[in-house]
Amino acid sequence: MKIAVCIKRVPDTETRIKIGADGKSIVEDGVKFVLNPYDEYAIEEALQLKEKSGDGEVVAIAMGSAASQETIRGALAMGADRGILLQTDAVSVNPVTVAKVLAAELDGAGYDLILFGKYAVDDSSQAVGTIVSELLSLPSVSAIGHLELADGKGTAEREIEGGVEVVEFSLPAVVTADKGLNEPRYPALRGIMMAKKKPLEVKPVELGDGGMTVIQLALPPERPEGRIVGEGPDAVPALIEALRTEAKVL
Amino acid sequence: MTDLPYWTEEHHQIREMVRDFAENEIRPIAREHDLESKFPWQTVKRMGELGLMGATWSDELGGAGLDYISYLIIIEELAKVDVSHAITVSAHTTLGTSPIVNFGTEAQKQKYVPLLATGQVLGGFGLTEAQAGSDAGGTATFAEEKSDHFVLNGSKVFITHAGVGEIFCVTARTDPHPAKRTDGITSFIVCKDTVDLDRAREVGIGHAEDLEKTRGVKAGKKEDKMGWRASDTRELILEDAIVPKEDMLGEQGRGFANFLQTLDSGRIGVGALSLGLAEGALNESLAYTSERRQFGKPVAAFQGVHFQLADMATEIEAARHLVYHAGWLKQNGKPHKKEAAMAKLFASELCMRTTIKAVQLHGGYGYTTEYPVERMMRDAKVCEIGEGTSEIQRIVIARQLLGDLVQL
Repeated sequence: MKIAVCIKRVPDTETRIKIGADGKSIVEDGVKFVLNPYDEYAIEEALQLKEKSGDGEVVAIAMGSAASQETIRGALAMGADRGILLQTDAVSVNPVTVAKVLAAELDGAGYDLILFGKYAVDDSSQAVGTIVSELLSLPSVSAIGHLELADGKGTAEREIEGGVEVVEFSLPAVVTADKGLNEPRYPALRGIMMAKKKPLEVKPVELGDGGMTVIQLALPPERPEGRIVGEGPDAVPALIEALRTEAKVL
Repeated sequence: MTDLPYWTEEHHQIREMVRDFAENEIRPIAREHDLESKFPWQTVKRMGELGLMGATWSDELGGAGLDYISYLIIIEELAKVDVSHAITVSAHTTLGTSPIVNFGTEAQKQKYVPLLATGQVLGGFGLTEAQAGSDAGGTATFAEEKSDHFVLNGSKVFITHAGVGEIFCVTARTDPHPAKRTDGITSFIVCKDTVDLDRAREVGIGHAEDLEKTRGVKAGKKEDKMGWRASDTRELILEDAIVPKEDMLGEQGRGFANFLQTLDSGRIGVGALSLGLAEGALNESLAYTSERRQFGKPVAAFQGVHFQLADMATEIEAARHLVYHAGWLKQNGKPHKKEAAMAKLFASELCMRTTIKAVQLHGGYGYTTEYPVERMMRDAKVCEIGEGTSEIQRIVIARQLLGDLVQL
């Protein structure tokens, strides 16, 4: 069983984002970068599938600047067998251009399963995994919460409004991982030591702009402080009034 | 995070992992284990699986083969969240395991270290006695030499893991009338069953069925402590304990010199622990003072609070350099007696000051168990006492300074 996990280096969700002087990019100085949290579920699932089948290979693939090597080594420390960095300093906002670069790497490499996180927490486009499956003409299931593989077939569960959808598909396939798919492991000290010795291949790639450019970045407006309108049942009319006239949600 | 020349990318990875583990797995249970003075078997098991119980020992001995700086990082990160977990790893590693690694025969290492390094059983170090603490030369536990064994009698106090642990390095007098009172002390390895047998079997850690136990070794009453309450501290009683000669650790009569070396490195570990505790208290204070509003603005907007926070952070920065510099010296095989004592002295007194300030910055809430700073303040005090009191550290430093200048 050969499994690819596509991962991304993203700013930590607890980092306070500052917008650069150009108004179109974020200031990276002092920002802590981490492995995209949803990708952790994807890696864990791949490792569990490999462990269950008793053999196979898990390859962690990232696209990004040289700094993404650190992110890949994090995946290797968790237990992935080798890593590939598709290296570019360009930042694309068009998921199609990113998907094309990944698809070119994945195409013909013989993967039985390609895993993604359901989205990257930086731009939240939620599109790259699905576009890759289109480019490779593979079935895809997004945001899965459970996965079973048997006899060249997969069964995945995904949460939908008010219920669970069960999807069956043939392999090879692309799936994207949702929170709750599993409990990602911490890399053990031994894993961190071994990660240094695992192969990490760096391949320079070119990105087209894909016809999309960033015009402006802006922080969300600051939320005004909350207000207590009163306590107990007597406060209900005032609350309703405020929700009607101020918040305009009723 | 400030970068230091001692740290590599791998060190940062280790720090991240331990930080995540401490935040997610230890923080939610720290309060309960402190309150009930309960040993955290479940998280200790997880720490064993992650390799934290034997980070620096070689692969062949079941360790992760990391350097000493990595070990300090582990202790520091655990202590930021819960000192009891940090001291459990520290006492187990430096006190319980390192004497066997450093002074043991090949056979002793093969027999005991893998069990300890993987965290399968907990280890401890029995030096302190009722009448021999700072004055370790006053050791009264006696080891009577017989044909192929020694018979040990005595009692060790304040022994970390004396209850939960199974493997111990203890010191005993083998020469009743030595030329110097620090001569004639010898180290031995003794084993006993953990006091938490049922719990250990249930969790699947803490007990080695096949490990031969020493008759006459048992745990005494558990200490009810001000801090470090989730760490196990008890008396270790040796009552006609029969210790075969192959379990003598290091040369006969060399016990004193050996444990002084053990304590030197233990001090850097307690320095890292104290540093982590101070950082944890600062982090809590930053979060609380930014959130808590008085007079229409966050408490942190007042200059009086700025001064406190700035002083805490500056002293922490100084402690960080002392601790990691001492660690770097040790790692590179350079003399570090003075620097280890300085790191321990400064960091431990710092964590006391910092945690007191943290409680003050939290106001009334800081005095309640709703916030962890009251626990941190209780946990800090013993840092100035354990593994050599502040006074002893000053004596060690002064002796290094004065050297041959004055007859001491």
